Parts: sequence; structure tokens; C-alpha cells
Amino acid sequence: MNGVALYLRYVGASVRAQMQYPRSFLVLNTAQFFGSAIEILGVAALFGVFGRIRGWSLGEVAVFYGVINAAFALADAPTRGFEVFGPEFVRTGAFDRVLLRPRTTALQVLGYELRLRFGRLLQAGIVFAVGASAVRLSFTPAQVLLLAWTLAGGVALFSGILVLQATLSFWTVDALEVANILTYGGVQAGQYPLNVYAAWFRDLLTYVIPIGCVAYFPVVALLGASDPLGAPGWLLPLTPAFGFLFLALALSVWRLGVAKYGSTGS
Amino acid sequence: MAQVVVEGLRKTYRVAVREPGAWGAIRGLARRRWREIEALAGVSFAIGTGELVGFIGPNGAGKSTTIKILSGILRPSGGACEVDGLVPWRDRIRHVARIGVVFGQRTQLWWDLPVIDGFDLLRDIYRVDPARYRRTRDELVGLMRLGPLLDQPVRQLSLGQRMRCEIAAAMLHEPRLLFLDEPTIGLDAPAKLAVRELVGTLNRERGVTVVLTTHDMQDIEALARRVIVIGKGVILADEPLDAFRAGVLAERRVVADFAGEAPRIAIPGVEERAREGRSLELAFDPARIAAPALIAAIAADYPLEDIRVVQPQIEEVIARFYDLHGAGEA
Ligand SMILES: Nc1ncnc2c1ncn2[C@@H]1O[C@H](COP(=O)(O)OP(=O)(O)OP(=O)(O)O)[C@@H](O)[C@H]1O
Ligand SMILES: [Mg+2]
Repeated sequence: MNGVALYLRYVGASVRAQMQYPRSFLVLNTAQFFGSAIEILGVAALFGVFGRIRGWSLGEVAVFYGVINAAFALADAPTRGFEVFGPEFVRTGAFDRVLLRPRTTALQVLGYELRLRFGRLLQAGIVFAVGASAVRLSFTPAQVLLLAWTLAGGVALFSGILVLQATLSFWTVDALEVANILTYGGVQAGQYPLNVYAAWFRDLLTYVIPIGCVAYFPVVALLGASDPLGAPGWLLPLTPAFGFLFLALALSVWRLGVAKYGSTGS
Repeated sequence: MAQVVVEGLRKTYRVAVREPGAWGAIRGLARRRWREIEALAGVSFAIGTGELVGFIGPNGAGKSTTIKILSGILRPSGGACEVDGLVPWRDRIRHVARIGVVFGQRTQLWWDLPVIDGFDLLRDIYRVDPARYRRTRDELVGLMRLGPLLDQPVRQLSLGQRMRCEIAAAMLHEPRLLFLDEPTIGLDAPAKLAVRELVGTLNRERGVTVVLTTHDMQDIEALARRVIVIGKGVILADEPLDAFRAGVLAERRVVADFAGEAPRIAIPGVEERAREGRSLELAFDPARIAAPALIAAIAADYPLEDIRVVQPQIEEVIARFYDLHGAGEA
């Protein structure tokens, strides 16, 4: 059985395990939906004060918001194993069990759990739809493709951040807090168009943790706008590739962490 | 032919020294201090195909460390080891596909899944052919009487039930080599017997090589033909169980029950080891007096009700051995 098929088997097992507690499934999803709905009210309130933000209309900001949140929600569901890797695998020694099985470590950790949380995704989808219809976004095949490619890049980037977080816990048990700043902070920052930020922060979000590459630049292209920051138009739709580059780098650092575990143990 | 070859294996753990107090913790962030623990200090042995070896030693001796290296979890700090021609930590994926490992202290199964679902998942993880899997699974289920447990989530099983499932899980891909690290820990007497019977059957009837770690010397006595004793990271003994026993404690024992109170017995080469009411345990040196002669001598002088020749308890042998080698807990 190849890796993909095995992953689907893991997913089936995880869903069955979660369905042993159906009520908790409902409660958590409802809570997540309303939890993130409150955020969008905050964003809308800003427009009540300013009308437009740095040249962007409320509808356009809703599209930025919807894309980054959807990418995060999609990345968050399958990467639970990496998120809880420190406490659940390293500290308990459960990683020994991963090493005892004839499969790559990353695949097994990915197979740990598929979290069934649709609240954030649903909410992001609604905000995106509202924004898209407000700005009369056209959905040509090319546009749909660009949207999918942008989301894929975003999922890769957030997964990469979570893999880095997990890797960090081979060295320290406090990795969770650090990475939460990156993931949740990244989502927060990516909700707004990049040009609202100061230059140093824009650079950070472009070159170090390329949130801007999976949210801002391709969405500017999606909206058919030209970048107020002056990035060339042909470059905009290509930037989600940096999400994949980030994930690839994260996975090679992961291998260093696994080697480190081999010399220290749990 | 040797299936497991270990030569001069060394493992040094480096652990951060925590200084006491909040200030110590802060200083520790800036400059960590390290302490080295030498868990294995040059361990060598070889195990042949089909052997069942008891790998014993006091707490902290290095047993689990050795097993973790042999099963590809840890890499050693020095020395070499090969299992079926593979270097475990270098060829991890190929190596672990061919071995089975059970850690008594930890579950290998999926806590929230029914046992049978976990087994099915293992079939796919190990890429076992479905028809072959069904056959092996049904055999193991029969052998270990797992039938009634299969639909229960692992978390609901008792320790003994779980351990039987763990051993079955480790055998689903039909490994030729099984590492068992304390498989009887915490089990009650019937569960221990069940595990012993199972391990014995796998070894005898399937020819599975077994390396067994335990603190329960009855496990060793019931199963192992050979023992490797480790203490403070070095091999202290490696020989057949009988030879080990004889070497540590050459004396033999008779237990005699008398019609009245147990008498004092003065025969050269015989020493009293224990007395309790009408019963007496005597140690004798078989080189100085043979068992029949001793029994005859006692029976001639005292009213005997029963007499039997026994071996010193294996626990006593081991305790004596650890004492001799100053191998108590590190
Ligand atoms: N991950 C680790 N980091 C640091 N030291 C360790 C680690 N694992 C084991 N040790 C130390 O190495 C030594 C050998 O430990 P090991 O677990 O191999 O002993 P053992 O023979 O299995 O003991 P027990 O019978 O108690 O299970 C001990 O001193 C132990 O404290
Ligand atoms: Mg141990």
C-alpha cells in the first residue's frame, strides 16, 4: 500500500475514533464558527471608522480575509499530529513507536489525526463569498485555478510552520508557544493587505515567513488590481510557490530533528 | 548462523544538569551544563536464529537501551551491531519491517480504536498480503484467545488482555525476531502464564528468535535456555541458564518434613538453610555427598514424612550473582 492510500486509512481510523464522541464534535465546531465570526465583526468595525483601508474596499479585504483563513483551516485539520508533537510524541516517548514502523516518520505523524473542524472553514468561505460578490469577482477557469493554487500554497506554508514547530520540540518542550505566535499571528497579519504594514514588517511577511506570498500577492492578482507596493504583475500569481519551498525546507529540518532524537532518546 | 551480532556497543546519554531555583533555570537557558551517563560501556554478544535468550540485569543496567539500539530507535555512541545483515539505525525502514518489538511499559496500539481496527491498520502499515494477514491474524487470535476482545477499544482492556493483544500485534507481519522488553510487567499470575505460554509457542513452533527482558525470574526459568546478564552497561555473564545457575550457586537443596520437630543435622558437607516447624531446608555440596546417600542418612536417623530435592530459587541465584558483582542499581 502506497503512502497516499495508507494516509487515507489513517484518516478513516481517526474519524472513527473521533466519532466515538459525537457531541464533542458538534460543540467544538459550533464554538469555532462563532469564535472566528467575532473576528470578522472586528474587521468590519474598522471600516465603519475609516471607510476604506489604504485604498482597499471592505469587499476586497473580505476576500483577503477569506483566502488566508480558508488556507489556515485547511492546513489545520490534517496537521494535528505536528501541532501536538512535543507533548504527545516526544515527551511521552510515543515517537519510539513511530520509529518502530516501516514508514516515514512524517507520514505517520500526519496520520495521527484528521481534525474534523469545519467551523472556521465555513466561516472563511462565507466571508469570501460575500466579499467576492461585493467586488463582482469573475470566476473564469483561470481565476478558479489561481484561487486553488493560492490556497494550496497557503496550506503548504502553514503546514511548514507546524512541521517546524514539531521539529523544535526535539530540542525544547516549550515549542508550542513560539509556533502559535507564527501560525495564529500569521493568520492575523495575513488577513489585511500587506500595504497597511510598515516596511520592515512587510519584508518579514514576504521573505522570512512568506505569508504575503500565499495571501497578499496572489489575491491582488485575483482581484485584478495592481500592487500598490509595486510588485510586477507577472510575479503576483507565482508567489504561492514560496509556500511549497517553505514546506520543503521545514521537512529537511525535520530530518535533523529525527536524527537528534536517535542520539538522545525520549 | 548468528542473527544478531553486537560488538563493543557503547551508548552515552548527555543530560542537561538543572540548577536548583528560578535563578538556576534562567542561567540554564544561557549556558547549559551537561552530565554524561554511560549506559552501555562496550557490550558484545551474538544471538543465533531460533534462540530464546533472557536478557537480564538490575534497574538501570542498560537493557532497554540495548533493545532500543537493536530495534533502530536509538543510534549508539560507538561499536557496531547488525541484525540479519542490516544496521538497524541506518536501514531503519527495512530493518523494522522484519522485527517485532513489545515494550511492556507502553502501548503500540491505537488507544481509541477497537483492537481489530488496529490490527487492520498494521496490516497496511507493514504491507502484509491480505490473505496471508487473515491467516496469521486468525492463528494469533486463536492462540491468544483474543476473540472476545477484538471489538473493544484498546483503552477498555485490562493490562493482561492488552499485553496479549500487543504481542499479537507485534507478530502480524510474521517477524523472525522478537524483542520483548518486560512483557509481563504488572500482570497477574494467570496473565503471566498466558504470555509465557505464547512466547514459548512462538519460539518452539515457529522458530521465532526471542530476546526477552524481565525482572520476573520465573519468566526466565520458564522460557530461557540462555541468559545474558548485564550490569552497569557491561556484560557480566552469557551462558546457558543451567551453567549460570551452577556457577553462581553450586549447592543443591533438600527439603525434609519430619514426624516431629525438625532435628539438628550434623553431616559433613551439609548446611541448614531454613527451618520452619517440622520442615527443614538443607544445602549440600554434591561433590562431597550424593543426594541418595544424604537422604538415606537422614531417613536412617529420623522419622521422615516427606523429602524432596529442590533447586535454589532462581531469584536467590540472581540476587547472589548481583551481590557478587556489586551490580546493584546504578
Ligand atoms: N533517554 C535517556 N536520557 C538519559 N539517560 C537515559 C535515557 N534512557 C536511559 N537512560 C539512563 O541509562 C541507563 C540505562 O537505562 P536503561 O533504561 O537502558 O536500563 P534498564 O536496564 O532497561 O533498566 P530497567 O530495568 O529499570 O528498565 C540508566 O542510568 C538510565 O537512567
Ligand atoms: Mg528497561
